[in-house]
Amino acid sequence: MTSPRSSHRRLSTRTLVVVGVLVSLFLAGVVSYYASSHPDGLMFVAGEKGFLASEKGHATSGSPFAGYATHGIGNARLSGGIAGVVGVAVVGALAFGLFTVLRRRGHDQHGD
Amino acid sequence: MHVPDGFLDAPTSVGTAVVAVAAVGVALRGARRELDDRTAPLAGLVALFVFATQMINFPIAAGTSGHLLGGALAAVLVGPFTATLAITVVLIVQAILMADGGITALGTNITLMGVVGVWVGWGVFTLVRAVLPKRTAMVVPAAALGALVSVPTAALGFSVLFALGGNADVPFSTVATAMVGVHVVIGIGEALITALAVASIVLTRPDLVHGAKPLLAQRELTIRTAVSA
Repeated sequence: MTSPRSSHRRLSTRTLVVVGVLVSLFLAGVVSYYASSHPDGLMFVAGEKGFLASEKGHATSGSPFAGYATHGIGNARLSGGIAGVVGVAVVGALAFGLFTVLRRRGHDQHGD
Repeated sequence: MHVPDGFLDAPTSVGTAVVAVAAVGVALRGARRELDDRTAPLAGLVALFVFATQMINFPIAAGTSGHLLGGALAAVLVGPFTATLAITVVLIVQAILMADGGITALGTNITLMGVVGVWVGWGVFTLVRAVLPKRTAMVVPAAALGALVSVPTAALGFSVLFALGGNADVPFSTVATAMVGVHVVIGIGEALITALAVASIVLTRPDLVHGAKPLLAQRELTIRTAVSA
């Protein structure tokens, strides 16, 4: 790592982000079907230690994507996959928007 | 570790909401120093990658599972202030669109995962980075250790909140022992995923990795010294 690597052709930021977005869409849209359906650590402990019953119904359980399932789609693979892809798109749009607004313009270290 | 509505009482939920709003306010200011034209796209990518990866629950023992929290991963790649914002965006979309994590518990979840998870992960990362050899590759084990510690610490944070305002009468030691025990194991998964993700960016574009910046600056100095000597 100490040798200069200027001769290497550097992966462009655009390519990196496109590959990253495609990997994320694949994870959320396809791989998520194979995720463990066991309760996560918190819900498991809540069940074991007797405070699971204090959970209340979710205020947005009427959302078309509640529970990472698409309302009206019977096929579990498709239903979860669509919800995952929509979620990635919404998070991505909000995050790219927010961080583009917040960023310093150019490379000026002292700019604001 | 998405806390649903009802686990914590109203005063505790209001308290964590105040903490979350204050933390996001501070992060909005701090992130301006971390983000520029080159790193803003990576920060957007980190947010959607954390959302996608959180859908992949991995089995950890009979009857239970865990998923990435992503705080340490995000902090190392794009900086801790930006990481707090990225995790907050993920949690808001999950609560509203996916009904994952309660609406009244949103402040709690931002506090536990977006503040405790991010800043404990970042703190451990910087400590480990300071003692390891000054090479960019060392960012990977440092990030993994930050991730490993961040998860049980967030679990301990929940246990403290539950002792303060849990809607069920379960002793602190009972909740804390169980929560930390399970989340140490989830932390190992967190460390592995964090190491993979950070390594893939460190190998391709080390110049974009926030946590590698002091090491890269040092490397350039070393090269210049060697050339001028």
